[in-house]
Amino acid sequence: MSIRHGLLALLERGQMYGYQLRAAFEESTGSTWPLNIGQVYTTLARLERDGLVRSLPESEAGQRPYEITDAGRADLTLWFATPVSRTDRPRDELAIKLALALTTPGVDVRSVVQTQRAATMRTLQELTRLKYASDKPEELPWRLVLDAMVFQAEAEVRWLDHCETSLVRYRPSVPGRRPPVEVDGSAEAVPPTDEEARR
Amino acid sequence: MSGVDAVVLELRDVHRTHGTGPAAVHALRGVSLAVRPGELVAVMGPSGSGKSTLLALAGGLDSPTAGEVHVDGQPLAALDRRGLAQLRRRRVGYIFQDLNLLGSLTAVENVALPLELDGTGVRRARALALAALAEVGLPELGDRFPEQLSGGQQQRVAIARALVGERRLVLADEPTGALDSQTGEAVLHLLRRRVDAGAAGLLVTHEARHAGWADRVIFLRDGVLVDSTAPLSSVEQLLSGSGR
Repeated sequence: MSIRHGLLALLERGQMYGYQLRAAFEESTGSTWPLNIGQVYTTLARLERDGLVRSLPESEAGQRPYEITDAGRADLTLWFATPVSRTDRPRDELAIKLALALTTPGVDVRSVVQTQRAATMRTLQELTRLKYASDKPEELPWRLVLDAMVFQAEAEVRWLDHCETSLVRYRPSVPGRRPPVEVDGSAEAVPPTDEEARR
Repeated sequence: MSGVDAVVLELRDVHRTHGTGPAAVHALRGVSLAVRPGELVAVMGPSGSGKSTLLALAGGLDSPTAGEVHVDGQPLAALDRRGLAQLRRRRVGYIFQDLNLLGSLTAVENVALPLELDGTGVRRARALALAALAEVGLPELGDRFPEQLSGGQQQRVAIARALVGERRLVLADEPTGALDSQTGEAVLHLLRRRVDAGAAGLLVTHEARHAGWADRVIFLRDGVLVDSTAPLSSVEQLLSGSGR
């Protein structure tokens, strides 16, 4: 997601100036995504250049409000209508780490899995605690952000359980060569070993 | 001494073996665990890892082959059958996936039953049962029979029965069963609230999202505790790490 669309969505509620936008952004994401004011102004400048927002005259207090344009509204509508592509997200470092752990001599893969699972489980506990603490109706947007993180953490724990089960049956056939092991979902993420890359 | 006294549930090097000789199945192998008031501990592990055996031993529904189980400082091995039954009625609340509500009794009668079996007068038992039903959000449905309640409501009645009176230890085995995610969450919310009010809780689950409600999560594999989560960190650390 871009800060761009976040700001456009906020301006759709009505005109706002930089500091208001920053506060509203952090409020709607439960401060999970802190923005600095510099990012807000740089983004506003780009949005204005692209004709998606326009700046209004400065107030007496020296604050310059912005409003969304029709083109900005169209861009926002398109954003809401378009599913987020998984390929737009950064590579999954954990899947890559585990795949490498399997092919790197001397690494205790099971211990890598267990350490990660305990850490992810702890994150899940903490997220649940935050959710438990925010039960007011107006906190729903924040709770949904927390839920998203809860479900992601849960998926990771399940995947780690799956890896652990797969490891029980795992016997590398020839040392130094890529083993015929299936790790669900990460198959495409498995980078070629150095040896293979050189071939 | 108070630190030791404060432990509600303690397992000391507990083993449970079913059968003998080459056919023996080692359900638990040397498990030690302490649960204090205000603490909810989740036990995670795949099927056959010993989760349910652990819960049965904690509630005195089964006995260890070796090792000791203490509830409120009392070694369960020292209790005879009557003593055990009394402890189960007074101190321990169970929430199972299988609700075990009696169809011929109303909700409030189901909840009052363990108290009445324990000698509490009918009126007082009913008053306590109504309070427990109010605690789980069903103050007005006490006179309905189980078949007149939804699945989620039945589960709440079962929880009220587990929490009624002064239960020091609440044991839950996959308590959200087949409930939808919202109702399941409400069930865990209730469990959490009771633990926050001073009970000790042990929750067996294979779902990480449910274990997330616990203060501590332990992982069982083939009857052995292999891992447990570290203490919770601050909100700030969590949020700064959430963009991982």
